[in-house]
Amino acid sequence: MKPPRFDYVLPRGLEEALSVLAQHGEQAKVLAGGQSLVPLLNFRLVRPAYLVDLNDVAGLDGIRVADGWLCIGAMTRQRAVETSALVRERCPLLAEAMPQIGHTQIRNRGTIGGSLAHGDPAAELPAVVAALGGELVLQSARGRRVLTPEQFFVGYLTTAVAPDELLVEVRLPVTPPRTGSAFLEVSRRHGDFALVGVAVTLTVDEAGVCTAGAIALTGVGPTPVVAREAARALVGVRPVLAAFEEAGHRVAAGVTPDGDLHASSEYRQHLAGVLTRRALARAAEHTGGRGATGERR
Amino acid sequence: MIERTIRVTVNGRPYEKTVEVRRTLADFLRDDLDLTGTHLGCEHGVCGACTVVVDGAAVRSCLLFAAQMHGHAIETVEGLADGETLNPLQEAFREHHGLQCGFCTPGFLMTLTCFLRECPNPSGAEVREAISGNLCRCTGYQNIVAAALAAARTPRQKS
Repeated sequence: MKPPRFDYVLPRGLEEALSVLAQHGEQAKVLAGGQSLVPLLNFRLVRPAYLVDLNDVAGLDGIRVADGWLCIGAMTRQRAVETSALVRERCPLLAEAMPQIGHTQIRNRGTIGGSLAHGDPAAELPAVVAALGGELVLQSARGRRVLTPEQFFVGYLTTAVAPDELLVEVRLPVTPPRTGSAFLEVSRRHGDFALVGVAVTLTVDEAGVCTAGAIALTGVGPTPVVAREAARALVGVRPVLAAFEEAGHRVAAGVTPDGDLHASSEYRQHLAGVLTRRALARAAEHTGGRGATGERR
Repeated sequence: MIERTIRVTVNGRPYEKTVEVRRTLADFLRDDLDLTGTHLGCEHGVCGACTVVVDGAAVRSCLLFAAQMHGHAIETVEGLADGETLNPLQEAFREHHGLQCGFCTPGFLMTLTCFLRECPNPSGAEVREAISGNLCRCTGYQNIVAAALAAARTPRQKS
């Protein structure tokens, strides 16, 4: 179908964008890459009075490293993140997840901030940000606040972004030395939303013993699910298959995904365990080389 | 605003038009510029039939608004052939029977045009991944992959 009527606002700067949002509040929708919003408009599932297009707002895109954080502007195109040497070097987990988002045509237009603010329960980026313990920077005419993923993702397609706020930046900790990571998912077809996806990191000491781990899943709940206990159980053990299998069992036992047309609850639970085991094994292979370059200060 | 006057370049030709802001790029190309080679399948970003190239990047024209295209350069399927002479990619589709009903073909051609610029010597697996965002209900994709690989081998395509 065709989108319903709306009033189009094209702010030239962040201040102007924020004042428009302050003025119109819930009547306004923010247009970033449009890869989730425009289908909703075309289906007429959303009917905003105002569409605030961020594509001409300067300063909302770009990738940089500052104080041990990889900082990515919300309007940075997913394709730019995917092809960034800085991302590959400093945050291999993000680099590995990017090509699994939609298709090239989608990533050419879609933005990192748009995907996070949309909060799809089967999307890749929320799990990556949750696994890494990233920070989400929100700005409004009232000021700035920085949220953790737990604070940011509230529920199904719902985030803590207020109607007058914008997600302006995502910060991910630069991957420390001797850390491996992996993002694995199972989907019906390449480029589809994941039935289940898992993001993991694994850090070892010089003797090869695990000192830290993180596991976050997508597709098993309304928001990304962080498997804290399963990750904590990896600390102090050797990164061997038995430990990863144990982690997989813990993760599978700890999730209660909804079933739907595409996969039953039991199957998703099974996938969560298997993917966790495989992702940890893959991450363990990379604790030596990749990621070792990024010193976290 | 409800309407916006935009200046765009389509296949190298400049246009200036006033459009309703809710007009998608696909409808703008088809209905305002009469460039009906760009096809609309699903209108929600799944089928890839409406793929065009904007500033060198393949995008879904059903998910963009014409009002956003002010100052941008668009390439559509109409820009590929030189008069009656097909370009090497189109010729390869014809040679390898890379289409049957032809509805999805413009989207495949534009996706592959962009892909072969970035990846001039692809493997079969790379071609399959590149076209994963385009649906074809006739060919089973095999001949589309063969056509893309053949076009990549054509010297003119590489230059």
